[in-house]
Amino acid sequence: MSAVMISRKVRKWEKLPGKNTFCCDGRVMMARQKGVFYLTLFLIIGTCALFFGFECPYLAVHLSAAIPVFAAVLFLFVMAMLLRTSFSDPGVLPRALPEEATFIEMEIEAANGNVPSGQRPPPRIRNVEINNQIVKLKYCYTCKIFRPPRASHCSICDNCVDRFDHHCPWVGNCVGKRNYRYFYLFTLSLSLLTIYIFTFDIVHVVMRSVDDGFLSALKETPGTVLEVLVCFFTLWSVVGLTGFHTYLISLNQTTNEDIKGSWSGKNRVQNPYSHKNIFKNCCEVLCGPTYPSVLDRRGLMRDDSPVSASSAAPSSSSSSSLSFSNSSKPAPATVTTRTTAPLIPNEHTPDDAKPSIDAPAAPGRSPEDHLPAPSFIPPLASPETDAEASVAKDKNH
Amino acid sequence: MATTNFNCSLFNNDQAATQNTHSLQELQQPVVSTKVFIQRDYSSGTLCKFQNKFPTELESRLDRQHFEETIQTLNNLYAEAEKLGGKSYLEGCLACLTAYTIFLCMETQYEKVLKKVAKYIKDQNEKVYIPRSLLLTDPIERGLRVVEITVFEDRSFVPTS
Repeated sequence: MSAVMISRKVRKWEKLPGKNTFCCDGRVMMARQKGVFYLTLFLIIGTCALFFGFECPYLAVHLSAAIPVFAAVLFLFVMAMLLRTSFSDPGVLPRALPEEATFIEMEIEAANGNVPSGQRPPPRIRNVEINNQIVKLKYCYTCKIFRPPRASHCSICDNCVDRFDHHCPWVGNCVGKRNYRYFYLFTLSLSLLTIYIFTFDIVHVVMRSVDDGFLSALKETPGTVLEVLVCFFTLWSVVGLTGFHTYLISLNQTTNEDIKGSWSGKNRVQNPYSHKNIFKNCCEVLCGPTYPSVLDRRGLMRDDSPVSASSAAPSSSSSSSLSFSNSSKPAPATVTTRTTAPLIPNEHTPDDAKPSIDAPAAPGRSPEDHLPAPSFIPPLASPETDAEASVAKDKNH
Repeated sequence: MATTNFNCSLFNNDQAATQNTHSLQELQQPVVSTKVFIQRDYSSGTLCKFQNKFPTELESRLDRQHFEETIQTLNNLYAEAEKLGGKSYLEGCLACLTAYTIFLCMETQYEKVLKKVAKYIKDQNEKVYIPRSLLLTDPIERGLRVVEITVFEDRSFVPTS
């Protein structure tokens, strides 16, 4: 029996629930399906490469050297915004830890009172008053939280996202509170880039046609034809999208709210988040504070931290809770808590969530590992003291 | 370190592993606790603000005044972080002009305030909560959704810092 444990540094992103993929050791966070994102990259880089290859040499000489320079700056800005949108955390809300979930369940039970058996329990909704409007907060059965206003659960990424706008496959990520401005700047700059390339393609072909004739001009620059095709079709969609989002920003609405018609119609509530001033709305969305990610992706997890198969939340992390230096983020306490009411599954509870309820703090190790060398244990401690925990431990295996 | 992690796994079920250090003798008794969650107050919109309602579970442990002061200070700090004013607009515009590369060298306003919050919570824990066998958890650890207060039922257990 070896007393030395080989502890591998596990970062929290490895244990996060949800259907995201992570790269660069947790620095990059994207959705699972990235195919369309690669297509976006290919189209942008390919078209710009053709532009720099065919148009720029001719136009730099015959018109101005500023043309390729400006195109390069615009291209870099577009790429920066695209990558920033795709790789950042859109504003994912971490799932409730078991104690919090239980607490909320108990509150719901208290609010609902006795439901006669056979009857459907009332829907889990909380009403809050925001700016004199009643807004309904829905309960998320996956994340086990009442969603904050404007948050929504993305079924593709399987996360609740704050100020959820939409899931964009072109960008390979959700668009939410944290990356909405980058997404908007991406569509805006891409519109400008598309218009720019399209315009100078036309100028290039016209200038060449004046000298050589239209058909021979096209033969000399076959790349231009391809670029014009791509730009023509991209123009309508991207410029349209930019216009749509400009409209949404001026009203301080999200795509999700617009599609659902949350604030439209006579008998519906008016948008309580709008400042009723276009300028103020734009300033808030585009120049407001940059929200930090509340998912600690790169924090270290304790090797023995409990992660059940259907774990609802990342476990606490501390590189050394018993020793004397703290990791940069303070770790929450991990204690045995008496859960007085078990999580009550209903028809909406996903099946895999049900068994994990009674093991709030059980380590994922077999009992054999807890027989240590005597020098590491204080004499009175015993791993099996708490009967509840040992039963829960068995259940975990 | 392997030794430390090893001890953690041993004590996980029975003992409290808190952010503060404590001597091994104190860990020998099983510690049981309950948790109280202070929810968000959405009455002013999506701003980060916590309800100032004093929970009944803490009535025997803590003065209403201490609790309200803690929550009010936290609310003020988060309001400072999310304030829409000249400073935040300037930061936003400057960041946009540099394609957000400026954040590689500069800290955002929000991050600065979060550091203040962490320091304040540590301070409050040392002065007010731990002496009463309570523990305040930084809301950022819970996704800024709740302020979690752990109530240790074993009064003799006091996690020392």
